Amino acid sequence: MMYSKKVMRYFLNPKNVGEIKNPDGVGKVGNPVCGDVMYVYIKVGKKKQKGKEIKFIKDIKFKTMGCAAAIATSSMITELAKGKTLEDAKKINRNDVSKSLGNLPPIKMHCSNLAADALKKAIEDYEKKIRR
Amino acid sequence: MKKIYLDNAATTQVDERVSKVVKLYFDEKYGNASSLHIKGQEAKLALEESRHVIAKSIYAKDDEIIFTSGGTESNNLSIKGLAFSNPDKKHIITTKIEHDCVLNACKWFEGRGYEVTYLNVDKEGFIDLDELKSSIRKDTLLVSVIHGNNEIGVIQDLEKIGKICKENHVLFHTDACQSYKKTELDVQKQNLDLVTLNAHKIHGPKGVGALYIKRGIKITPLVHGGGQEKNIRSGTENISGIVGFAEAVRVAKKIDIEKMTKLRDKLINGLEKIKGSQLNGPSGNNRLCNNINFSFEGVEGEAVGGYLDAEGICSSTGSACSSKSLEPSHVLIAIGLKPEQAHGSLRLSLSRFNTEEEIDKTLEVLPKIIEKLRKISPFEKIINRVIK
Repeated sequence: MMYSKKVMRYFLNPKNVGEIKNPDGVGKVGNPVCGDVMYVYIKVGKKKQKGKEIKFIKDIKFKTMGCAAAIATSSMITELAKGKTLEDAKKINRNDVSKSLGNLPPIKMHCSNLAADALKKAIEDYEKKIRR
Repeated sequence: MKKIYLDNAATTQVDERVSKVVKLYFDEKYGNASSLHIKGQEAKLALEESRHVIAKSIYAKDDEIIFTSGGTESNNLSIKGLAFSNPDKKHIITTKIEHDCVLNACKWFEGRGYEVTYLNVDKEGFIDLDELKSSIRKDTLLVSVIHGNNEIGVIQDLEKIGKICKENHVLFHTDACQSYKKTELDVQKQNLDLVTLNAHKIHGPKGVGALYIKRGIKITPLVHGGGQEKNIRSGTENISGIVGFAEAVRVAKKIDIEKMTKLRDKLINGLEKIKGSQLNGPSGNNRLCNNINFSFEGVEGEAVGGYLDAEGICSSTGSACSSKSLEPSHVLIAIGLKPEQAHGSLRLSLSRFNTEEEIDKTLEVLPKIIEKLRKISPFEKIINRVIK
C-alpha cells in the first residue's frame, strides 16, 4: 500500500487543525473501535449575491484521530469546503476528496467517505439548529 | 538522511559476510547438488556443511534438518505434512497469537472436517499450561505454539509445553522464526518434534528457511519432484541461500543478545515516560531481546509510523502483514486490548546493527510525534484529563 506524495504532504502538514469556539455546526463521524474519529467544525457566513442572501462556509476546522489517510482527507475536506456555499459544500463527495489528494489506496477509500460525511453532518447540524 | 531501521521483526539487513558467501555460490559455485560432477559435488558439500551448522545450533542431528523456502513453508509443511500422514487425527491445538501462516493453515483444515483449539493467552501473552493439558485429546494431531511472538515478543516456555506434550503422547511443533538465535532453542531439552526456522530474520537472505523434523516422524511432502531433501521437499536446493543461512547462524553471537537487550530496555524505559503509553507484552527475560511494542492513548499507530518515517525511522504497527487489512491485530486483541488501544500500537524491533545513538534519537523524536498527533486528535482534552 502506497500513499501519494500529496497524501503524505497533507498528513505531515495538515491545514485547518483545531476547534472553532461556538461553532455553527459540528459533524462527528467514525468511532475509536474502527480506529478513525473525525470532528469537523464550521462557522457559517452570509452574503448577498444578485439581491439574494446566500450562506457559505466562512471558517472550518477539524480534529481527527486516525491513520495518515484519515488526517489527510480531513485536511483536504476543510480546504475544499472553505468559502463554498452550503449547497455546493454538501455536494462534495468521496471521489472529490480522493482525487484532490492524487487518489487514495483502495483500502483507504473509506477515509474519504468519512471526511465527506463529517462535513455533511456539520452542515446538517447547522441547518437543524436554525430550524429550531 | 541516514535511516534508523527499527523493523527487524519484519526483516533484517543482510550481514556483509553473508552477502559475500551468497554471491560466491550465486556467481561461481552455482552447481546443482544432485549432479555427480565436480560443480555438483562442490554444491553438495556446501549443502551438507550448512545443514550441519543449522542442526548443531539447535542440538539436532544433521538428518533432522530439511531446507525450505522460509517460515511460511516450514509451518505449512509441519501442519499439513503431519495431517496427511495421520489421517485419523483430526484435532489441532494452537494459540490465538500465532503468525498468520499457522492460523490460516489451521483455518483451512477447519473447513475440512478438523477441529482446532486456539489456546487463550493471559494479558502478557502466555498460554495457560492447564488449558493446554485439558485440551489434548486422543485424536490430537499436534500442538503448535509460537516460540517468540512477532508482535509482542512474548517467549513461551517450550520446555514445560514439551514435557506436557511428551507425557500425553502428542507431537509438538514450534514456530521459532523470531526467537532463533535470540534465545535458547534446544530440541532435546525442550522435547521438540518440529521446529520452523528462517534466515532473513537473522541477517540472512530471504527465501530460505528450514524445518527440524525429529527422527521417526512421518511427514507427507507437499511438493513432489526429484526427491531432494529426503523426498520431503523436492526441488533443486537453493544453495546460495542455504550457505547464506548457515553463515548468518555462524556469525550470530551471544553478545548480540546482550546488546539488543540493553537497547531494548533503554527504549522501553524511555517510552514508558510518555503519558498515556502502555507496554504491550511481558517485560524482562520472557520478552524477545529485540521487541518493543507500545500503545499510545488517543493516537493511531499508522499515523505514528508515518511521522516516524518522515524522520527517517522505520517502524511497524503490529504485524507488517496485517497492514493489508484494517482489522486491529489479533495478537493485541488476544491479550485483552480494546480495539482502540490495539489501533494505537507501535512496534519497534532491533538488531545487532542498531546503536545507542539511534535509540537516543528515537527517544527524542517519538514523544514529540505523540504530542503533535494528540493535538490533532479530538480526544486531546480527554487524554489530558485522564493521564494527568
